[in-house]
Amino acid sequence: MARAQPTLDLSPKVSDEVRKTTCYMCACRCGLNVHMKDGKVAYIEGNRDHPVNKGVLCAKGSAGIMQHNAPSRLRAPLKRVGPRGSGEFEEITWDEALSIATDWLGPLREKQPEKLAFFTGRDQSQSFTSYWAQNFGTPNYAAHGGFCSVNMATAGIYTMGGAFWEFGQPDWDHTKLFMIFGVAEDHDSNPIKIGIGKLKSRGGRVIAVNPIRTGYNAVADDWVGITPGTDGLFILSMIHVLLKSGKIDLDYLARFTNAPVLVNANTDSGDHGMLMRDQAGKELVIDRRTGKPAPFDRKGVQPDLSAQWRHGGYTHKTVMNLMVEKYLDPQYAPEAVAEQCGIPAERIRAIASELAKTAFDQSFEIAQPWTDFRGERHETMRGRPVSFHAMRGISAHANGFQTCRALHLLQILLGTVEVPGGFRFKPPYPKPATAHPKPHSGVTPNAPLDGPHLGFVQGPEDLALKPDGTAVRIDKAFSWENPLSAHGLMHMVISNAHAGDPYKIDTLMMYMANMSWNSSMNTSGVIEMLTDTDVTGDYIIPRIIYSDAYSSEMVAYADLVLPDTTYLERFDCISLLDRPISEADAAADAIRWPVVEPDRDVRGFQSVLCELGARLNLPGFVNADGSAKYSDYADYMVNHERKPGIGPLAGYRLGPNGLTSGRGGVNDGQIDNYIANGGFFVEHVPDDAQYYKPWNTSYQKWAVDMGFYDSPQPYLFSLYAEPLRKFQRAAEGVGPHQPPEHLRARLKQVMDPLPIWYPADDRGQDGYPITALTQRPMAMYHSWGSQNAWLRQLHGVNPLYVPTKLMQQHGLADGDWARVTSPHGEITVPVMEMAALNENTVWTWNAIGKRKGAWALDDDAPEATKGFLLNHLIHELLPPKGDGLRWANSDPITGQAAWFDLRVQIEKVDAPQQSQPQFAPLKSPVPQAPETLAWKIGK
Amino acid sequence: MTSLPKQTDRKLGLVIDLDTCVGCHACVISCKGWNTENYGAALSDTDPYGAEPSGTFLNRVHSYEVQPASGAAQLVHFPKSCLHCDNAPCVTVCPTGASYKRVEDGIVLVNESDCIGCGLCAWACPYGARELDALEGVMKKCTLCVDRIYNENLPEEDREPACVRTCPAGARHFGDFADPDSNVSRLNRDRGGIDLMPEQGTKPVNKYLPPRRKDQTAEIDVLAPFLEPVAEDAKGFMAWLDKTLEKF
Repeated sequence: MARAQPTLDLSPKVSDEVRKTTCYMCACRCGLNVHMKDGKVAYIEGNRDHPVNKGVLCAKGSAGIMQHNAPSRLRAPLKRVGPRGSGEFEEITWDEALSIATDWLGPLREKQPEKLAFFTGRDQSQSFTSYWAQNFGTPNYAAHGGFCSVNMATAGIYTMGGAFWEFGQPDWDHTKLFMIFGVAEDHDSNPIKIGIGKLKSRGGRVIAVNPIRTGYNAVADDWVGITPGTDGLFILSMIHVLLKSGKIDLDYLARFTNAPVLVNANTDSGDHGMLMRDQAGKELVIDRRTGKPAPFDRKGVQPDLSAQWRHGGYTHKTVMNLMVEKYLDPQYAPEAVAEQCGIPAERIRAIASELAKTAFDQSFEIAQPWTDFRGERHETMRGRPVSFHAMRGISAHANGFQTCRALHLLQILLGTVEVPGGFRFKPPYPKPATAHPKPHSGVTPNAPLDGPHLGFVQGPEDLALKPDGTAVRIDKAFSWENPLSAHGLMHMVISNAHAGDPYKIDTLMMYMANMSWNSSMNTSGVIEMLTDTDVTGDYIIPRIIYSDAYSSEMVAYADLVLPDTTYLERFDCISLLDRPISEADAAADAIRWPVVEPDRDVRGFQSVLCELGARLNLPGFVNADGSAKYSDYADYMVNHERKPGIGPLAGYRLGPNGLTSGRGGVNDGQIDNYIANGGFFVEHVPDDAQYYKPWNTSYQKWAVDMGFYDSPQPYLFSLYAEPLRKFQRAAEGVGPHQPPEHLRARLKQVMDPLPIWYPADDRGQDGYPITALTQRPMAMYHSWGSQNAWLRQLHGVNPLYVPTKLMQQHGLADGDWARVTSPHGEITVPVMEMAALNENTVWTWNAIGKRKGAWALDDDAPEATKGFLLNHLIHELLPPKGDGLRWANSDPITGQAAWFDLRVQIEKVDAPQQSQPQFAPLKSPVPQAPETLAWKIGK
Repeated sequence: MTSLPKQTDRKLGLVIDLDTCVGCHACVISCKGWNTENYGAALSDTDPYGAEPSGTFLNRVHSYEVQPASGAAQLVHFPKSCLHCDNAPCVTVCPTGASYKRVEDGIVLVNESDCIGCGLCAWACPYGARELDALEGVMKKCTLCVDRIYNENLPEEDREPACVRTCPAGARHFGDFADPDSNVSRLNRDRGGIDLMPEQGTKPVNKYLPPRRKDQTAEIDVLAPFLEPVAEDAKGFMAWLDKTLEKF
């Protein structure tokens, strides 16, 4: 049957209007084109002009339309009327809600501001929320970094002034070999995908180290299915091999790192292990021209890597010398580590060799002159085309900080940081730890805190301790238990508050943090703590204020719920003061703006904080006459100045001759300028400032002009981290600030100023031979609410993936159920075989499991009946070791939650009706979801 | 039954790079978004928040584990949509003429106003690339975004299928296989593109680029001599360092 083809309209109208804003489906923050029809959101695609995603968009971003219209959206402020956890609320007005909050918080501020603990989860406005908390005067503020990736951030900043993740990225245009450690889907998700595609199209290679071969690890040319938690040992073994063969970049180490800096090498000296400095505090090197000590940054100095120097009767050796003594030790030989890492010795050598061969034999020059901080002009920029990336897989272990440090040491020894083809910082990074604030915790009733909460300690004197040695902060951040906890310890707040250790609080205020479910270790325990009462029947944590856009599991545990908007209904700034969206060759920031107005009685949480701040009379939020300083968050974004000329948004500020970037006065039309530019602002790094940023005079000048620093800040990469040595020294008994006795031995061990590896403490874990891990699927990574109607069709169930060997050993077949037990608890879950997996590791997709009644899902949704969390198996404390103490399940340096040290055993069981444990259904605060969807806006 | 054109002026289709596809499902959801709002009936979802959510998708990504004869198991992400076959059995089986292959460019489409929802085409397709929409009762399939690729309301650079435009890894390529110099023809030649299930005789237009060989460093260590030691201990190393630095 032949018939005429139908006539098609090949040019249908696409939309009435395109509104450009910033995605918030994860932390990647891509630019969006939101296509509007009839005033409604019809279609979302990536913005081609945007520096982050360059037009592409992931599954989450494209599914944003389902998030924006989700039936789980809260509709009005809620006041709890039933018992906590029941989900029984009544809707109230905003005026009543704000009055309640003011009545609760005002008296605390008058007398004991620390009784408010304010912690935020997937908050992208931390420079604002922390400013609010600082003005309130409580020391108890942090975001979720403590259970996310503080090890990654902190190790990078202490070592080289930035880390992977939002601080930098591979030089995708030049790199030839890309090596990743512990990367599932991660921050910068679309840029990494774009980069891998680019690299592969040029024939470049990817080596992936991960116990699980999915995602990026699946497309890698080489997969190293390492034993979890041994990455640091593998890296140090490669360092051993490279050092031993002299395959390191001596010129780079001498010029740009503290490898040539002199260290007091006498154990009987009070300054043992301290860097030698001049009177101005500058690190000293031996100048090869004179053979004499000189400050590292003096004009023309040529630092000597191999020098020794006698001074004051003491021998001083270079950091290089100490590294050689440490890492040439046979304990790091490939043969010595192979079994523990699960990687054959020959393979460790082969990978080290490929790294060195690519870095050195394929080095290249870019014809771009530049001048370094010692005044030396270089005619070219030398490239080394090896780059690295790493994330949670190495940071969420109790040895994560030192493992991240080891990886940075590796890439610095190869001379691949801030050079063409290597790893590049994104402005405002690089920024060394010394250029960041120190932590502040000075509380004065009825006054702001004495400075920013979070920061980078330089020694024991910077800890947040009371005179009696107990912690100032409720999460015990910046205490001897975890001195470098630069992101705080959100995962300890509820358990500490419940235990009254170090003290009791009155009000817990949280934002986008699902602490009664997937964002806590020990979920069942946390639920009990949130609902526990004292002898008089009062809740032990007296008041809980929570803000969320959706009916998450945490909503049920709040006394007062402040409903937030969706990301398409709000103002936001993705600020250079915060976690910006810069690329290596440009500084960039962005806004969100309401492309549609909310159709519910909800308000952006940041705008609510502006009003609450005014009602509480917080100095930063009221004018001299007591009136509100900011009518809403947009008003703050435009008019707030952190320092004169420096505001939340760096673009379109007012200069003497019109619009300017970086430093500049307030521009009333700034948001309109951003909207007209597609919702973002980009300022390119000058050509001669593109690489060698920490040492490049042109970059340093540009950074000062932009307002990132107030004066040029050239510095050396800290292969040797002196702040760690200061803690180690204190543990050895030196100095006025002394740790508690029970922590001395541990501090001596872990606070090594050169990267080390130590196994996770597995005492009390006998009989639990299997490591259990989680990762988020790419289509849900960092996404707030995986109840999305389209995405849940991709990942609505999460079996426990079990390697072939363990499947056979336990007589399991796909679809069977297993009881998974840890020293802390047990779960019963469906299993599925996976061969491309480390043979002693099981894993599952995290946060697929939902509680019945949450997220507007039906009670029989697979997320609630078969889905599960590993969180029930993980305690915030380690099992008892028999020493009478309970040790935190976290990195002893930073306090990072050690999720990935979880050890379990499995056994086959008869299929239960549902995964275990199950909890009573929550009463949903939102109406029943629709039974069908056919989401067409146009006719 | 419906007849196929003897030949088409152009042969539009996709090259999908299985070496680069990271399995992120970006293409799946972008397709769902565009085609819900555009060509024909919306791609509906039944029980979207319930026990058995089931929606219409024109493109899905499957993941397969592969166990090579030696070495570690691998995971291959495999996006699948209509392959716009030259010899499309879904067209010839159609009783109403609703399924057809366009003479101009070879795109296989369903004219929804003529579709009776009998489902024969879905049975005939060996790839499982057609889905009957549960709410509308019409057959849905990849249109190669026929309402984008010629659309004068879109900037020229956006006149490509939504899945190609959105793919973060750049694993999807769109072009004309009738032109031997097109991007897709060249990629297909250079990378040894393959037909999916050629034994079915469907002559698919879309091609798949196979994954490169993996885990080569696991097998041989040709580079090891590169790592000849310069010293055995710290003292020896510092001596080597002294000597080496003299040459700087």
